[in-house]
Amino acid sequence: MPPAVSFQNVARHFGTVRAVDAVDLDIAAGEFFAMLGPSGSGKTTCLRLIAGFEQPTAGHIEIFGETAEGVPPYQRQVNTVFQDYALFPHMTILDNVAYGLMVKGVDKSTRHRKAEEALALVALGGYGARRPGQLSGGQRQRVALARALVNEPKVLLLDEPLGALDLKLREQMQVELKSLQRQLGITFVFVTHDQGEALSMADRVAVFNEGKIVQVGTPEEVYEQPRTRFVASFVGSSNVLAPDVSSKLGGPAKWVSLRPERISMGGKGIAANITSVHYQGATTKIHAVVDGGHSIIAAVPAGGFTGQEKTTLSWPKNAMHVLDGEA
Amino acid sequence: MSLAATDARSGVLRGISDWLFRKPNYFLLLLFIPPILWLGVVYVGSLLVLLAHAFFSIDEFSGFIVYEWTFSSIAQLFQPANIDVIIRTIVMAAAVTIASAIIAYPLAYFAARYAKGKWKAVFYLMIMLPLWSSYLVKVYSWKLILAREGIISWLAAKLHLSWALDGLLATPIIGGPSLSTSYIGTFIVFVYIWLPYMILPTQAALERVPTNLIEASADLGGKPSQTFRHVLWPLALPGLVAGSIFTFSLTLGDYIIPQVVGGSQQYLGSVVYLQQGTAGNVPLAAAFTIVPIVIMILYLTAAKRMGAFDAL
Repeated sequence: MPPAVSFQNVARHFGTVRAVDAVDLDIAAGEFFAMLGPSGSGKTTCLRLIAGFEQPTAGHIEIFGETAEGVPPYQRQVNTVFQDYALFPHMTILDNVAYGLMVKGVDKSTRHRKAEEALALVALGGYGARRPGQLSGGQRQRVALARALVNEPKVLLLDEPLGALDLKLREQMQVELKSLQRQLGITFVFVTHDQGEALSMADRVAVFNEGKIVQVGTPEEVYEQPRTRFVASFVGSSNVLAPDVSSKLGGPAKWVSLRPERISMGGKGIAANITSVHYQGATTKIHAVVDGGHSIIAAVPAGGFTGQEKTTLSWPKNAMHVLDGEA
Repeated sequence: MSLAATDARSGVLRGISDWLFRKPNYFLLLLFIPPILWLGVVYVGSLLVLLAHAFFSIDEFSGFIVYEWTFSSIAQLFQPANIDVIIRTIVMAAAVTIASAIIAYPLAYFAARYAKGKWKAVFYLMIMLPLWSSYLVKVYSWKLILAREGIISWLAAKLHLSWALDGLLATPIIGGPSLSTSYIGTFIVFVYIWLPYMILPTQAALERVPTNLIEASADLGGKPSQTFRHVLWPLALPGLVAGSIFTFSLTLGDYIIPQVVGGSQQYLGSVVYLQQGTAGNVPLAAAFTIVPIVIMILYLTAAKRMGAFDAL
């Protein structure tokens, strides 16, 4: 079976701006794939290239083995859940959801029945007669999802779909999206700048920076074995240590990443002066300066900090993960 | 020490200012008195006096207004010649509105969706420039352009298309001896003069249709024609209706264009002009002004139903 989406050396330039530059990517069928990166890193442009709203400047895109470039969005079996939902304000919820079927010429009773089913799938049965303006953000998000899913797309694209929701709702939707994807078996491609969201939902994550993919892997791989300094600091927080600092602290003379939660305080270790303390509930974040003036961040479990000014820091040897030289 | 005592300034103005500060409603009233006087007395008041004249009549013999309530002036509206004037004006206003909408839509669409930066400025300039020159100059220029000896006839002759122009002018009713003395000419000038008022609200409405709704339609399988029909058209319609309020009402009330360009037919505006001026029949002129007011009330009610006022 060919990959759901395949990018071969794809570039999309806007004038002199290289929004997407030489991207190679294979997304397997049935996968929950996250594109993670800061704003302007090219992840949304990649999504728009799959949807067909953008055409590549160079390279080749395949969707389930079929050439995608030159094919307009309305001929692709791909549907998008837009960032701000893009519901049609002049139509009822039912007509919004049935829109894709309507333009394909499905008769009224069939498309209304299917739209009702899709609304029931996202727990919005009975909301069909309302208008988008009468729904809350979370409900609109579900309508957008139902509107896309009713077309039975081969690939579902989600552009920061949870960005506008509050934290509680966002966490709930993460769980629901994940189980929906399992249930339907559709390939989900999910764009987000929230690393927590990407790690918790995706089967695989592609980390974007400056139009390029820096690393692709499972959430564990990307978090535990970041390839570059950028990945180490963007995915979770990390102490990224230069080669000289690393060797002074007992590591190799290379760029390394040291996760704050791997560091423990007290006991045999490196002497450090605590400069500031940030209480964060489950953990407490300690900013400390070691000999030579290098600052280290440690995250200790709640109650691990007792108000001292001097401490010692220690970590297991394998906690220092070697990065390649690239920024 | 009291807070008020720290300021040494005092006097009548200070007192008034303090009093207004404590009574913001009176302050608001003070601000509103000039516009209320203007609108209430100068505008609405004179309009009511004018409308009241519709219920007076004129002494045929002396030409003086008889200040006795009567429906005789209103009844005159229903004479066949006057009904003709009303129908002619409404048909012309409707034709001008529809033609303006057809011309304005693609222009507005281009400006709203494609023109960026410098090109947008060029677009606005091209739309607004005619509005900055004198209305009379434009109308008289068109009279020359459309005249028998004008540039259009000349161009048609050069292109060996005189037969087409003559064919057009030979059309019954709307034709005439030349473009400048036919309904076609009046129509062309009306469309030219009022077109900007159609383009601008349409463009504003189109601009307010979010791009991602267009994309969403395409994403869901809508071909461009379907996206236009189901998304773009219904969302931009309020703008077109708003524009049509201008083109329709302005055509309805204009009395100069039909006098300069076109046959000798009368329109509502020119009849009012004639009756209150040369003929001195103010009651009949007042009766005629009721017609466009009633038409516009009906028109605006329909437009409001279509959401046109949200697009202004």
